[in-house]
Amino acid sequence: MARVIFRWTVLTVMGVFFLLPLIAMVEFSTRDPETWPLLLDWPRLAEEYPALAEGILASLAQAALTSVLMLVLLVPTAIWVRLRLPRLRRVVEFLCLLPLTIPAIVLVVGLAPVYAWVNYLIGGSSLTLVFAYTILVLPYAYRAIDTGLSAIDVRTLAEAARSLGAGWTTVIWRVVLPNIRSAVLSAAFLTVALVLGEFTIASLLHRTNLQVAIEFLGKSSATVSVAVSLTALLLAFALLLVLSLAGSSSKERRS
Amino acid sequence: MTGVAVKLEGLRRTFGTVHALDDLDLAIEPGELIALLGPSGCGKTTALRILAGLEDATAGRVLVDGKDVTRLPANRRGMGMVFQAYSLFPHLTAAQNVEFGLRLRRGPLTRAAEMLDLVGLSGFAKRYPHQLSGGQQQRVALARALAIEPRVLLLDEPLSALDAKVRVQLRDEIRRIQTEVGTTTLFVTHDQEEALAIADRVGVMRAGRLEQLATPSEVYLRPATAFVADFVGLSNRLSGSVNGDVVEVLGARLPLVTPHAGGAVTALVRPEAVDVVPDPEATATVLTSSFLGSTSRVTVSVGEQVVVAQVPSGRLPELPAGTRVRVTIQPVAVALE
Amino acid sequence: MAEVAEAVPRRVAGRSRPRAGALLGTVPFFAFVTIFLVIPTLTVVIGAFTGAGGRGFTPANVRALTDEYILAAFGRSITLSAASAIIGAVLGALLAYALVTAKPDGPLRRVVTAAAGVLAQFGGVTLAFAFLATIGLSGFVTLWLQEHGLDPYANGVWLFELPGLTLVYTYFQIPLMVIVFLPALDGIRPQWREATASLGGNTWHYWTRVAGPLLAPAFLGSALLLFANAFSAYATAAALVSQGSPIVPLQIRGALTSEVVLGQANLGKAMALGMVVVVAVVMTLYALLQRRTAKWLG
Repeated sequence: MARVIFRWTVLTVMGVFFLLPLIAMVEFSTRDPETWPLLLDWPRLAEEYPALAEGILASLAQAALTSVLMLVLLVPTAIWVRLRLPRLRRVVEFLCLLPLTIPAIVLVVGLAPVYAWVNYLIGGSSLTLVFAYTILVLPYAYRAIDTGLSAIDVRTLAEAARSLGAGWTTVIWRVVLPNIRSAVLSAAFLTVALVLGEFTIASLLHRTNLQVAIEFLGKSSATVSVAVSLTALLLAFALLLVLSLAGSSSKERRS
Repeated sequence: MTGVAVKLEGLRRTFGTVHALDDLDLAIEPGELIALLGPSGCGKTTALRILAGLEDATAGRVLVDGKDVTRLPANRRGMGMVFQAYSLFPHLTAAQNVEFGLRLRRGPLTRAAEMLDLVGLSGFAKRYPHQLSGGQQQRVALARALAIEPRVLLLDEPLSALDAKVRVQLRDEIRRIQTEVGTTTLFVTHDQEEALAIADRVGVMRAGRLEQLATPSEVYLRPATAFVADFVGLSNRLSGSVNGDVVEVLGARLPLVTPHAGGAVTALVRPEAVDVVPDPEATATVLTSSFLGSTSRVTVSVGEQVVVAQVPSGRLPELPAGTRVRVTIQPVAVALE
Repeated sequence: MAEVAEAVPRRVAGRSRPRAGALLGTVPFFAFVTIFLVIPTLTVVIGAFTGAGGRGFTPANVRALTDEYILAAFGRSITLSAASAIIGAVLGALLAYALVTAKPDGPLRRVVTAAAGVLAQFGGVTLAFAFLATIGLSGFVTLWLQEHGLDPYANGVWLFELPGLTLVYTYFQIPLMVIVFLPALDGIRPQWREATASLGGNTWHYWTRVAGPLLAPAFLGSALLLFANAFSAYATAAALVSQGSPIVPLQIRGALTSEVVLGQANLGKAMALGMVVVVAVVMTLYALLQRRTAKWLG
């Protein structure tokens, strides 16, 4: 009985602490009744807040391109290393997890000279952030894909396919990939969620995205910026919540 | 050290509408080792946990040495308990685990070394649980339970997580140690061989009730109910007819464990009570025979029925499949279904 | 088990050296990671020891870390990280404990762990704005409190200083603690409590002699992870604090954006190196404690 009282006391107090800011955002963003209709009216939004519109579009493009680049770089490499170069696995793992111990602000310091070259070679578009973001999401994406690969016996699958006459490309594309579909999907989801929330690198490399635009807008129009924040937040919540609920239910199915 | 008497009186335990224990009475003599045997869910573990004070009885009393301890919390009952597995504290060495109860009592710690010696692990005092094998862990758990000089020793399926060889070895050792220290002991298991080998008396449980409480040989040879006959050892189910105080099965007249009104019945007959002898005139035929070591099992069809007989392996060559055999049954008491 | 499973293919690979062709397949990955991860990391390390002209080895930048204002920034960063880690660890552990007393696969536990997974990632500008809307000068809670005669800012506005940052950081620290501490709590077996009781111990004995010592490494390790998490955080503070640079990440921002003072860029690299060193030390300790936890509660 004491346990039940303890449990619900803790959960209630925590619930209030975690819900209050979200409720406050709803309340704050509805103080001006014009705010929400404006957000739903894209042409007007783009006209009145061009920087915000630009940031939203930039973030969406960055999220999509980062997912693609991450998958293209990571998935074949992870499979290939498991199949043919098991001794390199530790190196790949180390490199992929390295960004966890390097704070984003530190990465920016080191990236600044690299981006001077990027500017020189392909220009200063906000889409060039995709390179840095791919590094940023590497640990999360790697862990998702590695978990997926650990759950199946890649070697045996590949040997079976090769004994049936398949080449390496067929093995990766037609045999291994379909078996780690959910891992690939969760890596992509995580990437989208992380990119939509990124601020540090974009802001300090003087490029724009959603978060930079929100921060900039905060100085002039607090209500709109809070409303956009809330929208972005709920979007990320929905993405990650679907991910974690799907993850826990697939784990149950396996056991 | 001599043991104390333990009495469970009318124990009941209900979870919702399920009766885990249904009016259980059990008296354990001082120094005796009783094994509670039964399928999972029969209430044997619940009985042990109520005796330990880890669970509350819905009704009934627990008496230890004549005193009512039903309301006494677990930590004041002085019962040594050995769990199925993983009960050692992983952050303490074997010796520290054994000392744990002694420290709580502020007693002398020298007893810890004696106990490790008793279970044959004096060389492993400084090892941590994860450095010990499953069998060694259970020995340490036994030493830890005995170190506090418990009034009653409770063993909750202590061998079921071990592999077969270690299981037999440790079983015999538990019996040796228990006889040596003379502590009244309750041993819970679902393994009939284990119960029969270790206990002074075996209590066979089913659906929260005690079906039979008797010495191992009695439980085996004179099962009180069909359930006991079926659960303890392998039984043939043979149709027969009751005539007075005997039942006629395949032409043999067998005494009954409990009287029966009469008529057509199913009798439970042990394979070792059945014998088969080659006889070209007979109607029974050997179906299969399987070698089990010193004895072998022969399956015979007799008319519509199939009978399993246990014979010495030396006779196996004369009983290949297809052999005509004569079936005889020794006149030991049988239970009816 | 995993160790054994891995050891086998490695031994096989050792016998037959991979052909150069197989290595070619990894070139795109290694090339990309070299340009965008290895070179930036080396830039920070080398730059920290490079003079203002861009040439020559000099300990001057690293020595400048001992300047009073930089030391003070590190001190505040560490205070903020430690405070938010301790608060987050204690409250997160309580929440995690409340969860393990519930049914293991009940809806309550599933929903709360899923939410914790989401909230632990939540930070940056949106989090800062969420708190501005809550207890900013015209925030929801601030106005409500003022209506009831309570002014949270009667003694000055603390939201944009360390106390405010600590409060905001707690919002992602508690969920992170729940995620990393829950597995350790799940490793606690009910037999240990029962064994303690049968050996004569009460609840106090159980917590001080069994559960406490067993959970201590996991708790400490999780708190260290929270520390590193807060120490690395930039976006939340950047969005909340626009004036002054109380903590190291904001000092680095200053060094990066100010082109006025010559040689500031390499001072930024030295501060960045300082951050990496702190995080590396903390993460190493975390890994060591994690290994102990795996042995006890795995």
